[in-house]
Amino acid sequence: MKREPLGTAVDPKGLRVRSLNAEQMLRGAELEGANRPAHLEGTELEAYVAERVLTTTLDSAVAWARSNSFFPLAFGLACCAMEQFQTAGPRMDIARFGFEAFRASPRQADLIILAGRVSIKMAPVIRRLYDQMLEPKWAISMGACCSSMGVFNNYALVPADKFMPIDVHVPGCPPRPEALMHGILKLRDLVQNDPEAGWRERYEAVGTEERP
Amino acid sequence: MPDATGLELLAQELGDAAIETVYFRERATVVIDPAHIREVLGKLRAKGFSFLASVHGVDYYPEEPRLGVHYELLDMSRVDRLTVKLRVPLEEPEVDSVTAEWPTADHQEREVYDMFGVVFRGHPDLRRILMPEDYEGHPQRRDFPVGGEPVLFTRDEGQWLESRE
Repeated sequence: MKREPLGTAVDPKGLRVRSLNAEQMLRGAELEGANRPAHLEGTELEAYVAERVLTTTLDSAVAWARSNSFFPLAFGLACCAMEQFQTAGPRMDIARFGFEAFRASPRQADLIILAGRVSIKMAPVIRRLYDQMLEPKWAISMGACCSSMGVFNNYALVPADKFMPIDVHVPGCPPRPEALMHGILKLRDLVQNDPEAGWRERYEAVGTEERP
Repeated sequence: MPDATGLELLAQELGDAAIETVYFRERATVVIDPAHIREVLGKLRAKGFSFLASVHGVDYYPEEPRLGVHYELLDMSRVDRLTVKLRVPLEEPEVDSVTAEWPTADHQEREVYDMFGVVFRGHPDLRRILMPEDYEGHPQRRDFPVGGEPVLFTRDEGQWLESRE
């Protein structure tokens, strides 16, 4: 859904809250004793309302809420997990952005961070965890190993893209907490500004949503 | 460590089972006949080497016999270490399991089996321990392909997409 530019296509006089229309509210007709604004008409009234009322679409509001409260799965595979802990620690402080609620159950999480190398034996387990997460869900592939197998490019490992959709790859070996933070913020931008650019489009999976 | 002389005396006590002794950089090693592994480890335990620190596999490719198993023993009262080595051919990579006497060998023999394909006769539960159970081959053998796959870079994206189609 395309977002309308702010302030257009909405008639300020038509906005109604608690059965008061905007004109009544702004003029303070119901507020006895309060500072009453001067009587406004026409374009002056529209400018006055545009300064004080924010309009948006429901999709944008939901995306804004989602992108500012990821619940990452408390899940680490290898050395990258140490950096992941530090992202939640006091120096980077992931809580500044509202992502600090690491969940122990995939049922309660909506972001999985693959922090480490994925062995062939571990891949089905991770896939099961990912499948257990409720939609909408996102995945970050952290570090060289699970993005391109890195220094362990051998018989034992499998890159994460082979068995599950990944939204953001964070390079590094291991990535510093700043890098993971940057990756999570990139994901936030993706969810906020471009919710249509999800993995379903990239993996040709439109129509497989869980919701009816 | 047993010194070089002590190692020779030890090898004499083991009799025909001992094939060769190596004393290198203060580490004592005795190479034995794989048929006598349980007997040899039993004798060494009676002499004080009561702790089996490690069992691991080796591939001596291209030498023959190709596969090897190393047993690291430790005498904890005298802080004395001894390595027992044996070699088995690729065509018949079988050796007796020592799990009955040394329970710690259980998982380590499974790992040697998993990675090198050495079969331990009499092991209670000989199956893969690290690789998936349906995995084919023994990846630590030196003629096993390293595996992995080429790293995808953005500059190769065109070729990659073409190959996908």
